[in-house]
Amino acid sequence: MSQQTSVLYDVPGPRQRRITLISSLVAGLVLLVGAYFLIYRPLDDKGQLSMELWGPLIDPSNENFSQVWDRIGLGFKNTLFAAALAIVAALVVGTLLAVLRVQLKSLTRLRFTGMATPVAYLLRGLSALLSAVTRVCVEVFRGLPVVITIFFVARGFPEFGLYLDNLWYLVIGLTIYNSVVIGEILRSGMEGLPGGQAEAASAIGLSPAQTTWMILLPQSFRIMLPALISQLVVVLKDTSLGFIISYEETLNIGKQIIGVLGNPIQVYVVIAVLFIVVNYSLSKLAQYVQRRLAKGRKTAGTPAQNPPATALMSQAEGAGGV
Amino acid sequence: MNVLIDKFDVFAGGFWLTLQICILAAIGALILGAVVAVLRISPVPPLRGLGTSYVNVFRNMPLTVVMFFAAFGLPALGSNADFLRIPVIDSLFARLGTDLPYFRFALIALVLYTAAFVCEALRSGVNAVPAGQAEAARSLGLTFGQNLRHVVLPQSWQASVVPLGSVIIAMIKNSALAGFFGVVGDLSAAADQLTGAEGYAFIPVAIGISIGYLIMTVPLGALLDRIEKRQAVAR
Repeated sequence: MSQQTSVLYDVPGPRQRRITLISSLVAGLVLLVGAYFLIYRPLDDKGQLSMELWGPLIDPSNENFSQVWDRIGLGFKNTLFAAALAIVAALVVGTLLAVLRVQLKSLTRLRFTGMATPVAYLLRGLSALLSAVTRVCVEVFRGLPVVITIFFVARGFPEFGLYLDNLWYLVIGLTIYNSVVIGEILRSGMEGLPGGQAEAASAIGLSPAQTTWMILLPQSFRIMLPALISQLVVVLKDTSLGFIISYEETLNIGKQIIGVLGNPIQVYVVIAVLFIVVNYSLSKLAQYVQRRLAKGRKTAGTPAQNPPATALMSQAEGAGGV
Repeated sequence: MNVLIDKFDVFAGGFWLTLQICILAAIGALILGAVVAVLRISPVPPLRGLGTSYVNVFRNMPLTVVMFFAAFGLPALGSNADFLRIPVIDSLFARLGTDLPYFRFALIALVLYTAAFVCEALRSGVNAVPAGQAEAARSLGLTFGQNLRHVVLPQSWQASVVPLGSVIIAMIKNSALAGFFGVVGDLSAAADQLTGAEGYAFIPVAIGISIGYLIMTVPLGALLDRIEKRQAVAR
């Protein structure tokens, strides 16, 4: 990427060096001012000792240190747990959804020959109806904010007498949204595979179900692996919505700590750093996997082309999440 | 289903307020995102580092944390976000001037968070411009700024429309969070109020709120699909 944009650069020279120097100063100034406002200023404003508000977070000899970090550790464990559950569930449901949609699509194209005409019409109508229903479901749940989905689950389930732990409301809400997203990624992966794959499979006598499970799905899983890891980042970020239904995840516990110790900026900075470190490593992992997959393709003898994963990944990242 | 008719003004008001947040946040995020994108592709390493770290920080942080920071952290820093009170805009978007500062805080959080994604969308557009174009412009002796303005950005615009659109859709959905941070009366706050405090039946309220969001997101998504298809044909 940097290679491509590098051709935009000016020729190095005294002017360039001057600009670099000035902008270094500007960038340094921006960082300094940011650090001042985030770290020093709030302490100074309260007129308290400089360690008083940071102490519980960075000073091991502080009386609250181990307790605060135990709580944050618990919160982060809960965050990871909910995210893991949600991504596994979304993977399962999303795969089923993708297979369903692909199968329904091929069903609606079938003519159901060799059957009595009314039965054929009935089957065709039925598959078209099912296909439309799944499509509408996907559009609706993709168009709704995750917050609203989680909120609806948490408020709606008790209405029908289903009382669950807050964890499950959060996981179900996240699963609904992410299974739709993962399902769409998988489906576009399956439909984007070269048509010859399915044809060859049916030529050697595999049934449509076998073709899907043994030929199409494994290949599209391979393509979607980087997208899946990026989606994991999105889920990890989305778990912080658990605070709405008072699930004890990182942010909620941070809120509790702030309530007791009264140090909002410090706790938010720590939580932000925690999330940034984990998510940044995950997105680097996604990039690494993507590069590996691209390399594998080249050595396998296929023409060197942009793996579709690139498109899928940007799609997943573009979605943003919360 | 009576709630949909009886409380239609609540739904309509929520829709209107969500729309206001989205319009203001979209404008802000597009401007800030464009600035960060120019930083990220600029020839000067420190500026590039600044842009890159901005994107990495805000893309890997949950919006919830950004919202919390804006709504509860900024006041601790001594800001009421009064700098967002601009007479002309205040009269257009009444909430900016009269509401509790939460409206402005939610706006700040949305703009900061979305700008990182806007930047990436714009940059992916720049990367889609064939390198030869920029090389040719360089060999003609255009400077970085001229190259960007006359050659690269006009072409990158086409490639970044679709990703920009999905960023905006994501932002509309993210704006739902504002209602849980003290912004009174947007769609998600309306859902909370109607099903919680006023105790209306859940299903009709859920349907009403969902329709509100889907009115904003689904047509935009369909439009993007059409643009994408047309571009694919053009290529």
